[in-house]
Amino acid sequence: MAEHVQARIAGPQIVGRIVVYGLLALLALYYLMPLFVMLSTSVKTLDDIRGGNLVSLPAEITFDAWAKAWSGACTGVDCSGLRGNFWNSVSFVVPAVLISTLIGAFNGYVLTMWRFRGCDAIFTVLMIGCFIPFQVVLLPMAQTLGVLGIANTTSGLVFVHVVYGLAFTTLYFRNFYVSVPDELAKAARIDGAGFFRIFWRIILPLSPPIIVVCVIWQFTQIWNDFLFGVVFSSGERQPITVALNNLVNTSTGVKEYNVDMAAAIIAALPTLFVYVVAGKYFVRGLTAGAVKG
Amino acid sequence: MSSLAVRNVRKVFGTVEVLKDIDLEIGSGEFLILVGPSGCGKSTLLNIIAGLDTATSGDIVIGDRVVNNLSPKDRDIAMVFQSYALYPNMTGRQNISFGLEMRRMPKHQQDEIVDRVAKILQMGHLLDRKPSQLSGGQRQRVAMGRAIARDPKLFLFDEPLSNLDAKLRVEMRMEIKLLHERLKVSIVYVTHDQIEAMTLGSKIAVMQGGEIRQFGSPQEIYDQPADLFVAGFIGSPSMNFIRTEAVEHLGSVGVRLQTAEETFVLPVHDAKKSLRTWIGRELIFGIRPELITDSASSQRVGRNVHTRTCKVELVELTGPDTLVFIRINGEVVCCRVRPEQAPKANDSMELAFNLSKAVFFDPKTEKRIA
Repeated sequence: MAEHVQARIAGPQIVGRIVVYGLLALLALYYLMPLFVMLSTSVKTLDDIRGGNLVSLPAEITFDAWAKAWSGACTGVDCSGLRGNFWNSVSFVVPAVLISTLIGAFNGYVLTMWRFRGCDAIFTVLMIGCFIPFQVVLLPMAQTLGVLGIANTTSGLVFVHVVYGLAFTTLYFRNFYVSVPDELAKAARIDGAGFFRIFWRIILPLSPPIIVVCVIWQFTQIWNDFLFGVVFSSGERQPITVALNNLVNTSTGVKEYNVDMAAAIIAALPTLFVYVVAGKYFVRGLTAGAVKG
Repeated sequence: MSSLAVRNVRKVFGTVEVLKDIDLEIGSGEFLILVGPSGCGKSTLLNIIAGLDTATSGDIVIGDRVVNNLSPKDRDIAMVFQSYALYPNMTGRQNISFGLEMRRMPKHQQDEIVDRVAKILQMGHLLDRKPSQLSGGQRQRVAMGRAIARDPKLFLFDEPLSNLDAKLRVEMRMEIKLLHERLKVSIVYVTHDQIEAMTLGSKIAVMQGGEIRQFGSPQEIYDQPADLFVAGFIGSPSMNFIRTEAVEHLGSVGVRLQTAEETFVLPVHDAKKSLRTWIGRELIFGIRPELITDSASSQRVGRNVHTRTCKVELVELTGPDTLVFIRINGEVVCCRVRPEQAPKANDSMELAFNLSKAVFFDPKTEKRIA
């Protein structure tokens, strides 16, 4: 009897599976198509690009376009490629990510373990920061940077991104620490640990899952940012996203699609790298605390 | 010498008075239980003693120091929490030595203490494991080790056994008691479990609604409850309360009781004077289930034992005893009899009422009269 039932269900089940996997494969193909076009175009010669169509495979593979994008392409009058801008981006993204993550962790710790009068109100106000569009803060931010004397500098850009990222990092850490029993902090207080030591010795060591989430999120946001980069930096100090835009828009006769594609991939590589390295922690971190361990 | 004194402590959250003028004191080496239903303020009081919360007014004295303005670490206390609160990133050894390290104790001395504590609690094999690798009982053990290592004047336990399963709870309960007897330390222990309170405590404070309803030794609280709440809260199954009238009976006082079959008066010999003034008025007669038993197991001698035949409505087996339920004055009354004497439901049986420990309450104030 049981086998009979199973046999009857098996038919539709297989059809269902085929539909599901077919659909998934189709969607994967759809999403991977642009990447394929970018990759194949970046290793084609200009003649190949003009002659063939968008999805055709390259006739011969050449990395000249990559070399040019990295160190020889012209953005405006300057023809030194994206190399300098790439390191520009690294030089402000890394400190901005680290500082905003650390402050976020600290905020989360205070908001959950040392609850004070009005802390929920402060948290709510901080959350509004998540919904403020970039454009709104441009002018006041420019003024602030001017007053602080860090307009048009790398530290200025770090400052902007730290301030803007705080709302998100605080949200992440606060929600993570809510699931940590506050008896931990009480026990540590009785043991004689102070405010900072509890954070450093007890709370921070619990946090790697959420730190990974935070770092990935912040790195992606700040690296990919264009608006703050274009407004608050200029010339040599511009980040790679701005340089990429300039490179693509600079026309000196022939449009070099292969160089554009290579440059775009170079600009996207670091975020891709971070996802590949830490992606599994990202998923784990987002669901951590959902089920009590 | 007193080890802890709580003097006129009040705690107000907004307009809610969580603790109303709490006053108690225990001597050195005593085991104080704060017991009461949830929301009675017992955990708040413990947190105030620990210094994790502040009182609105009143004093906390530990040893001979008023510690109101001292931080928890300077109060010479150690605390065991309900969730154990072990530091998840540290091994058992590090958990125990963390407090010592915070007090800048040299490393070799820390190791000595950890080893000694591990020996006391027989948990040497747990020292190198992280909390996530320990079972509930083992975590509890490490948490207790952490408290003992500090060698404090006062131990605070916040419902330490309520996360354990029933069997382990009984084991750990015994172990805490043994530990107390060996170390002769002063303990304040919060629980909502009246059995834990009775078995562990040398003094019990029964709390309700932010007040201490009664403060005394376990036997006092069991035999002479101050009011209806304490009488009903302590003891399982709980005391029977029968609304009745006090009557003059053969020169003494009696209570008029009515079963389905008959109405009779049980005399209370050697009644206190306070009870005599209630003759002719309604009061609440309280008698514990074990004082209404089969006539075979009852002590027949004694003027205060009276047998009556009653119809049994319901029978419940517990193993060592069987509970039979009868109806008196319209209320269900629980009696404790030997299993071999128990009848079937709806049968009648002869029950002996022992009134030597019966208590009487004022129905309006709910305070005990006699």
